[in-house]
Order: sequence, then structure tokens, then C-alpha cells
Amino acid sequence: MSAVLPTPAVLPQRGILSARSWTAVFAALVVVVVLVPVLNLVVPASSAFHMSDYLVQLVAKIMCYAMCALAMDLIWGYTGILSLGHGLFFALGGYMMGMYLMRQIGSDGQYRMPMPDFMVFLNWKEFPWHWAVSDSFIAQMLLVVLVPGLLAFVFGYFAFRSRIKGVYFSIITQALTYAAMLLFFRNETGFGGNNGFTDFKRILDQPIATPGMRMTLFVITGCTLIGMFVFARWLVGTKYGRVLQAIRDAESRVMFTGYNPVAYKLSIWTLSAVMCGIAGALYVPQVGIINPSEMSPAASIEIAIWAAVGGRGTLIGPIVGAFFVNGAKSWFTQAFPEVWLYFLGALFIAVTLFLPQGIVGLFRKLRGKGGEERA
Amino acid sequence: MTPDLMEAGSRARAAMVERQALVEAAGGRVAARQQLLRLNEPDFGQGVALYLDDITVSFDGFKALNALTMTINVGELRCIIGPNGAGKTTMMDVITGKTRPDAGKAFFGSTIDLLRLRENDIVQAGIGRKFQKPTVFEQLTVFENLELALKADRSVRASALFRLNGPQADRIGEVLTLIHLKDSAQRTAGLLSHGQKQWLEIGMLLMQDPKLLLLDEPVAGMTDEETERTAELFLTLEGSHSLMVVEHDMKFIGELTEGKPNKKVTVLHEGSVLAEGTLAEVQANEKVVEVYLGR
Repeated sequence: MSAVLPTPAVLPQRGILSARSWTAVFAALVVVVVLVPVLNLVVPASSAFHMSDYLVQLVAKIMCYAMCALAMDLIWGYTGILSLGHGLFFALGGYMMGMYLMRQIGSDGQYRMPMPDFMVFLNWKEFPWHWAVSDSFIAQMLLVVLVPGLLAFVFGYFAFRSRIKGVYFSIITQALTYAAMLLFFRNETGFGGNNGFTDFKRILDQPIATPGMRMTLFVITGCTLIGMFVFARWLVGTKYGRVLQAIRDAESRVMFTGYNPVAYKLSIWTLSAVMCGIAGALYVPQVGIINPSEMSPAASIEIAIWAAVGGRGTLIGPIVGAFFVNGAKSWFTQAFPEVWLYFLGALFIAVTLFLPQGIVGLFRKLRGKGGEERA
Repeated sequence: MTPDLMEAGSRARAAMVERQALVEAAGGRVAARQQLLRLNEPDFGQGVALYLDDITVSFDGFKALNALTMTINVGELRCIIGPNGAGKTTMMDVITGKTRPDAGKAFFGSTIDLLRLRENDIVQAGIGRKFQKPTVFEQLTVFENLELALKADRSVRASALFRLNGPQADRIGEVLTLIHLKDSAQRTAGLLSHGQKQWLEIGMLLMQDPKLLLLDEPVAGMTDEETERTAELFLTLEGSHSLMVVEHDMKFIGELTEGKPNKKVTVLHEGSVLAEGTLAEVQANEKVVEVYLGR
């Protein structure tokens, strides 16, 4: 065995992103931080270039969805584990934020009482134990990360250790979110029952419904999404990311190469849940409501659909998919409300039949990059 | 697992923990053994690489392995033949931790109890396995496949922060040359031919630098030329590694044992050893002819 040095061509070049992608990321940053605020706040409403408040709110909402789709891509597209329960983590993050926002209402609620309206309505005299730190912004923000993270960790630990895989895992995640939904529907759980939380007034003692606050939240959401994307790009480019893909392709080989797949699956699963939690926390103050319907099985399945429509295992694809499906949804439900569901159904059939690689795959094909070259 | 077995297991584990504590307390040195002991490193002092004793595995009453006893010496290349259902793959499953036997003992070296370790720990202890059906990471490039198999810290943290260094790149280049895939280094593994995938998988085993290689039908689907080259490769590994080759292809077995008439071949049948001896001996064995060769 003579030592043969590899030619430099053997060593793959590795950066987080190519120069062109960095330009695109920077452009997205400029759009979010400069362009949208200017178009919304500075350009007068009469101008054709004015961006309406409605549109700003819609884009912000979709950006939160895109974070979920991105998180889904890490666990499904890269690791091959289909979760049908990501809506749960999204909702939990949202509820943690919602608790803080409910406390911020103070005595300005319907009943003019220092407690949230639903508690007054239920005739509760003091806060339940899980509301103990809800008046602290920092504590609730920690919970935004910790609650989905811990739940995912504990659930994932038992599921992955027991080697639950494939469709069984998907069904259990689905059952988990459904069970949580039933739990949150109950008034006794202390999360506002089926009405959830709404009528938020303030955040950090600032009024929440002003144009300035709306734009601040928009910019934070946009930057978070871009940050998550760059982070995910870095992650899948590391050896860790390649182990994830290896688990997707041949888990037994990963095991017989000396890796413990449980540690890898558990870490990416927990990370993915935390990303959804953060997305939920950003979603709630902008949309102004959180209720158990976010935990419905359909909501979780939708996340998987965005990822599939955009293109799994591409990171950018799920973001595109979230924008495409939700954009189409809000346009259709306005223009032809009764056709929307048919369109959605047709979309899924079309994607499954003709676009197994999603929208991004289609573009790659059109640019002649399909087949031989890898994503 | 029966309660008895669990109790025996916890006793074995307690003994192991105690032993490890002793080794640690002595700074990795144990005077009585006159040698440096490393945790989870096999001890080949007795000249035995793999020791299977009385291994029994039954699936719903069917005994896939029936009191199988076998020893493989350090540096030995052992060929194993046997008709379908003889228990060859089950035996490998037991050694690599995929299947737990109902009874018996399996040791790697003289200290590592394989029945107490998980799959990935067994690999890290130094046993590499090639599957019957070539299993590589199809969406990754050949280079990345080998990189993942590279001997390195397998923890999540280490993988996230991993950077390939010079010697490691050299090692990958070396193996790429050895498995004749240097020109395909940047190709996606899924696009390789069947034989090339077999080689890539063998290459991945070599990257792990295992002490014992288990090869399940390594030349299935290979051309004659590829088979010949594979035999050559295995013969260069013999001596520095211990190998267990399960194969149906008698020509390949012939190539592996050529020129070394003393080399042992084991015939498995119905979960236990039917015959053991040189190729000529087992081919002449009447029982073997009856169940396998004569068909």
C-alpha cells in the first residue's frame, strides 16, 4: 500500500454558501431591513409603490411559516424523519409568548381586572403554577425555547431509543399534537381553552398595534428567518449534516460505521422543534391570536406540504414552498374562495406526480442541473 | 431477555465497571498484565480475535443458530460457506450486536464482551462489517462516504466542528486508490456500478481501521476481474487484520486459499459448524457434499 497523495481536485471545496448565494442572502436582508420599512412607512399610501399594512402582516406571517418549513426540512429532508407534529412546537412557542402578552394587558381587559379575562370568567382568584414567571419577558422568552425543546427531547429520546421509525414515528407525532390540542381545549389547563389568547395590547410596555411596532416585529422576523437559513446551511455542510443525510439513506450503515444515530436524530429533532417554537413566538404578536387550532393535525401536515412543494433537502425550497402555498392560499381565498380547496388538492397531486423535487427541483431541471449533479 | 440473563448481564457490567475503575486509577497501566491497557481496546494477547461459544438464536422456535462455537485467530482469513439458511448472516448479526442471542458467549479479543455492547460501540471497538447487499450513502459523494467512515470522534459535537486535516485527506486518497475509485471521488455514490459500490463499502470498512472484518458475500455482482482484484486486496489485509469472509462463490474461496493449503474453511449448516478444515478436506467431506456441494 503506497501512500498516494490525493490530487487537490479530490478535496471538495466547502463554504457555507457560494458567493452568489451570499449576495442573495444580503439582498434579502436589505429587503427586510430597508426596503419593506421604507415602502410601508415612508412611501405615501397613495403611491403605487406603497406596501399595505395587510401585505406586511401577511409576509411576516408567512416568514414564520417558512421557519417551520425550514425546520421541517432539517428533520425530514435531510434526516428522513417525517414529523407530523411540528405544529405542536410552533403552538407551544406561541403560547409561551402569548402568556407574556396576556400579562401585559394588565387591567385593560374586558373585565378591568388585573388577571386575563378568561381567568376572571372562570372565577380564578390567583394564577395557576405555570403562570408563575409569565410577567417576565426574559423568562417567557427562555420558555419559548425550553418548552418545545424539552418536550421534543424527552419524546425523541424514547422514540429514537426504541428505534421507532418511518410511518410509525409520523403517526405518533400526529397523535402527540392531537392529544396536546385536546388538552389545550380544556379550560382547566389554564391556556384560555378553545379561545386561546387574543386582544393583546402591549409588548415590553409598548403598544402593540402601532405601525412602528408592526415594522419592528417584521424586521426581527425577517432577520430571524435569514439567520436560521444561514445557520441551517452551515449545519448541513458540516460532517454532522452529512451524517444526517447518511442516516436518511442507510441508517444501519451509519450504525455499523460507528455512529450512534440516536444522538444525531435527537439533536436535530430537538433543534428543529426549537426553531418551530421561535417561529410561533414571533407569529403570535403579529397575528394577534393563538389558540389550540394551531395544534390540529392538519396544521402540522401543512408544514410538511410546504416543504414538499418547495423541494425537500434544499433548505431554500421549503421557504419558497411556504411562500408559494400560503401566498396562493391568501390570493385564492380572496379571489375565488370556493375553489381554494380544489386548487390545493390539485397542487398536491401535481407536485407528487410531476415535481418530486418540488419547485426548486423544477428550476434546477430547467437550468439543466438535474440528474448528475447533487443538490 | 430472561431474568437470569439480565442478572448475569448486570453482574458482568458491574465487573466491567470495577475493572475500568481499576485501570483508570492506575493511569491506564495495570502492573499485573505488564502492558498498557486501554479502555474498549481489544486485548489480543491470547492470539484469539473472535471467540463464539455455544451461541443459540431462535426466531419463533426456529433455531437460526444452534450452539455455534467458533474461534478466529488474530491475522487469520477465515472463509465460511454454507447453504442458504445455514445461519451465516445471523452469525454476523450476533457479532455486530444487531441480534441478541438467547444463549452463549461472544468475545472480541479476550476482554470485550460483544453481547454487552451496542452496534456502534462494537464498531468503535474494531469490528467492521460489510453487508450482503452493498450499503453506501447513495446521496453523498464517494469522497464523503469515506470521510464519514474515517476513524475519528463520533460524537455530535465533534462532527459539527470537524475539519479534515492533511493526514486524514491522505488516508482517504490512499483508500480511494486501493479501491480503484480515485477518478470517481466526486461522483455521487448512488451512480456507481454494483461492483464499485461493493468496493466503496469495503473502502469504508478500511477507513475505520478495524481489527476484524466481517465480509458478507463481498464479491456478489462483481465481474471476474473485480473478483480477482478483491481477492488480492483481502490477501494483502491478511495478517495485519483478521477477516471473516462468507461467500458462495467457490472460485473466490479458491483464490483466497490458493497457495496456503493449511488455511481453514468452515462449513455452516442449520446453525452450527458442520465441518472445519482446509478447502480440500471440506470438499471431500461426505456430509458437506451431501448438504451443500453435491446438490
